[in-house]
Parts: sequence; structure tokens; C-alpha cells
Amino acid sequence: MSEPDFLALKRLTLAYGGQTVVEALDLGIRKGELVVLLGPSGCGKTTTMRAIAGLLTPRDGRILLGGRDITRLAANKREVGLVFQSYALFPHMTVFDNVAFGLRVKQVAKDEVARRVAAAVASVGLDGFEGRLPKALSGGQQQRVALARSIAVEPRLLLLDEPLSNLDARLRLEMRSELRRLQRELDMTMIYVTHDQAEALALADRVVVMRAGRIEQSGPPQEIYERPRSVFVARFMGFENIFRLDGRGLIGENGASLPMAEIAAGAKVVAWRPQGVRLGGGPHKGTVIGASYLGQTVEYLIATPAGPIKAETGASSARFANGSEVAFDLPFETAARLYAE
Amino acid sequence: MRKLSHAVIVLVLLFLLGPFVIICIAGLSSGETLAFPPPGISWRWVEAVFAVESFRASFTLSLLLGVGATLAALILGIPAAYGLDRYRVPGGGILRNVVTAPIVVPGIIVGLALLRHLLVPLRLPLTLGLFLGHTALLIPYAVRVVSASLANLRVDIEEAAILLGASRARTFFLIVLPNIRAGIVAAFILGFVTSFNQVSVSLFLSGPGVTTLPIDMLFYMDFNYDPSVAALSALLAILSIIVVLAAERFVGLSRYV
Repeated sequence: MSEPDFLALKRLTLAYGGQTVVEALDLGIRKGELVVLLGPSGCGKTTTMRAIAGLLTPRDGRILLGGRDITRLAANKREVGLVFQSYALFPHMTVFDNVAFGLRVKQVAKDEVARRVAAAVASVGLDGFEGRLPKALSGGQQQRVALARSIAVEPRLLLLDEPLSNLDARLRLEMRSELRRLQRELDMTMIYVTHDQAEALALADRVVVMRAGRIEQSGPPQEIYERPRSVFVARFMGFENIFRLDGRGLIGENGASLPMAEIAAGAKVVAWRPQGVRLGGGPHKGTVIGASYLGQTVEYLIATPAGPIKAETGASSARFANGSEVAFDLPFETAARLYAE
Repeated sequence: MRKLSHAVIVLVLLFLLGPFVIICIAGLSSGETLAFPPPGISWRWVEAVFAVESFRASFTLSLLLGVGATLAALILGIPAAYGLDRYRVPGGGILRNVVTAPIVVPGIIVGLALLRHLLVPLRLPLTLGLFLGHTALLIPYAVRVVSASLANLRVDIEEAAILLGASRARTFFLIVLPNIRAGIVAAFILGFVTSFNQVSVSLFLSGPGVTTLPIDMLFYMDFNYDPSVAALSALLAILSIIVVLAAERFVGLSRYV
């Protein structure tokens, strides 16, 4: 832990169109680490990334890369790669020329260019496509070219801006694991921006949840998933049933309470995922007001005295009909205890 | 109702194409004076056009002027369009209007102003005056057409080039220019045709020995009332049509204008 951060953002403040988007952000990233910036659109994650790349001048604060202050360094001198959401391939160049562009600009010798392009193209599995123009490639292939183009120049830091969001679900999963493999193989330091919770958990060494230009919580995926510290993170991680706690029990959003036999000490707010709610037994009673079949599971919407809750059970377990009364339990061992809004 | 709308279409087409058809037929006249309908059909006046010495000189001047002024307008207009499109300059909107204003200012005013306040006080040679006048006139076309193709070009490919280590200038030449090539060709053709057909500005800036083809034709008409002017007009119109059709075919001119 004593190892100094490879990339350090120090009280970084960013404005866009006169509006402060990111405020006094502090973030450190170790060499070889894959950090995912996770948050809803408008939380400042893309803006932060553009500032690291040098496409946006910070209003205040500093950016250090490898111990050197790069806050005022021109974008083309930073050796920071960026994979765009839109791929941003050069439409008039073949795959080979796209991937070779950065190397040629750096005046790498011709045979060295050929060797490194071949290696980059092979590492994303696009051998044989070198002569094609971007428009003759599928979305997934274009994404691979964009990736190859960025890694061919061996950037010190690679930024990825929602690179998989334009791909279909199956391809997204495939590219996700491939990205992770490449990152390990090349020992690349990466910052990955997304608003997709599942993508963040699957890829990250560390997830940084952002909200309105600030870091809400930062930690390993498991910690973020299991122990969200705020209501905001909890909601993002799928804890959809959120209650305030008082001396007697749970208070729903409607202000009505649900008495509890035992009370979790210390916590002000507790939250359950739909899967954390136990149906078909327990001290509470509710009415099923909606059921949707999701394949693996069935999701129920249940009216309770403290407002509606969501519950999910395995598709093979007992079903509850719409309108029927059902007993349920909110066990504290499946709850997240939250200490902040 | 249907009959009426057909009639309107026919009338509009007649109004648009009629003069062209009349000029073509008049140019093929076998008579001695410009007349419609002509007494007979022959190629003699078409051949006569190529025999007139001053037509050859003014055609060459118009050709060189068109190419030169259009190139100059593009050299000034492309960076202007790029700057206006990519950078948020204070007053950029006003600047854009100023740059493109000559399109709506009558050529006669531009011509007179250039003559009175540039050519005469500075004692500039006539050819230079014509070149400057035409360049000024064509810059708006260059800016507009190039702006249109820049608007279709994503900014992120420039950012991608910069992050791969390219300087701004290199990005412009290696990434931006090749992708707006069709727009530049379109601007060139439009500019050239505009310059070549220009009368009002040229009228003020022409002089003894230095006249563009349209002005030369006007002067010629003052002294000779034969069908060669009609034949020449028809030839020029056909040339313009071929150029524009070729441009439409190869770069899709209509996307830019």
C-alpha cells in the first residue's frame, strides 16, 4: 500500500460550459490496476476522463502521472490512450493504417510499425482484416480496431469511455472478458467508464461510484456490491427496498411503519435486494400486486403497510397469484446497512 | 385542380428553361443578325465564336481568374470554416455572418466599392483587382460549403488522432482534410462556375485589354448584333451543365449547396 499512486488526481475541479461538473476530486490509481468509474449519466465520469486525457483543461487541481505533473501538458504528449464510445475510427483509412497511425506519427521505423500493428491486430483477433475500411466492419469489429489502435502505441494509461455500450448483449459479454484478458496480459493501467453496474463488477479491480461530480464510494467490486455505504450506491447495486429505521421498526417512504422483532444497531437506513426478501413465511403480511416471470426467477411486487416492496424468488419455487396474501420476512442478514443518503 | 397544377408546372419549366432553349436555337441561326425564330439552321456562328480574337483572350482570363480566385478563396475559406466550426470564438456567430455576407450583397455594390476604395486609391493593376474582387466574392461559398462538410465530420476522430500523438496541424492535414475532400471539390466547382459567370463585379473591375468573357460578350453586343453571342452563351451554358452534372455524379454536389 506504500507504493505511490501511478495516476493521482488531486482536488481536481472541472467545469463544462460554465458549470462545475466535478468538484475537488481526489483519486489515486496504482500501476496495472483496472479502475471502473461508475455512475449515472451526468455524474462527471466522462468529463473526468477527458481531463485525464488532456481534452479538457481543469479549472483547478492537479493531475500526476508517474509522479510527473501533467495538468498543463498537451494531450498529444501525454501518452494516454482513449477508446471512444463511438470508436472514432478514421473513416478514410484501412484497419492497418488506423492501427499504424500513432506509430507513424511517432516516426517508428517501417518494419517495426508492421510488426507492432500485426501484434495489436492479432491481440484483438482481427488478423486478415487489415486491408478493410472501417465501414466494411461490424460494430464489434470496429470496437476491436479502436482497441488495437490504442494499445499499439503502448500508452502509459488507457481510458475507455463506455466502449461496449453500442454492442449487442452477447458481444458485450464476449468483449468484456477479452478486455479483462488483454489488460492482464499487457499489465495495462486502465480507467473504464460505464453506467452499467454488472460491467463494472465484472471488470474492475476497484469500482469508484460517482455522483454529481464527487466520489460516493470506492472499493473492490465485492465490497461495493455487498456493503454499499449510501442509499445512492445501494440503489445502484440493486437494493431496491429501502427503509429508515427507528426504535420500533422500519419506516417506509409513505411514513408508515413495519414493526420488527429485532433492530439493527447503529444503522439509520436498511435496504434489501429483491432476492433478499423471503417470501412464503415470516412475521409480515402483504398482498401480491404484480408478478413478472424473468426466466430464472419471478419478480413480485407486494403491497405492505410500509409501501410496496419488490421480491424475487426462484422460478421453480412456489408461485403466488396476483391478489393473494403472502407472508414475508426481511431478514437482517441479507440487508445492507446504510449510514448516509 | 389537377389540370391547373400541371399547367403551373409547365409554365414554370417554360420560364426556367425557355431562355436557354431560345438562346441555343438562336445560336444555330443561319442569318446575319440575332433573331428568333431564326431564318434557318447552321453551325456558322458556332464556328465564328472560335475565330474572334478577343473571345479567346477573355476566355483564357476568365478561366485563369476562375481557377485562381477559387483556389485563393478556398485557402482562406477552409481555415475560416474550420475555425468557426471547431472553436468557440467570442462573436463567432457575427463573424460567420460577416464572412458569408457577400452572398446577399449585390455584386454591383461590391464591384463599385472595390473600384472606388481599393483599386483607384492604391493604383492596383486591373488583373489583381479582378482577382481580389472575385476572391472576396467566392470566400462565402467556400466557407459555407466547407462548413457543411465539416458539420458531418465527427470531432472525436480528431481527438483520437491527437491522443495518438498527432499535433493539431498534423491532425488537420491527415484526418480532417481527406474527409472533407468531397466538400472542397464541390466548393471549387461552385466557386469556379460563380466566378466564370460573374458580371456585376467584373463590370467595374475590367478595363482596356483586361476583360472577362461575360463582359467581353456585353461589349461585343454593343457593336455587333450577330448570333455569335447567342452561340457562345449556349456553349458556356452547356459547359456549366456538364461540369455541374459531373460534380453531382462524383461528389454529390447537391449535398453541399
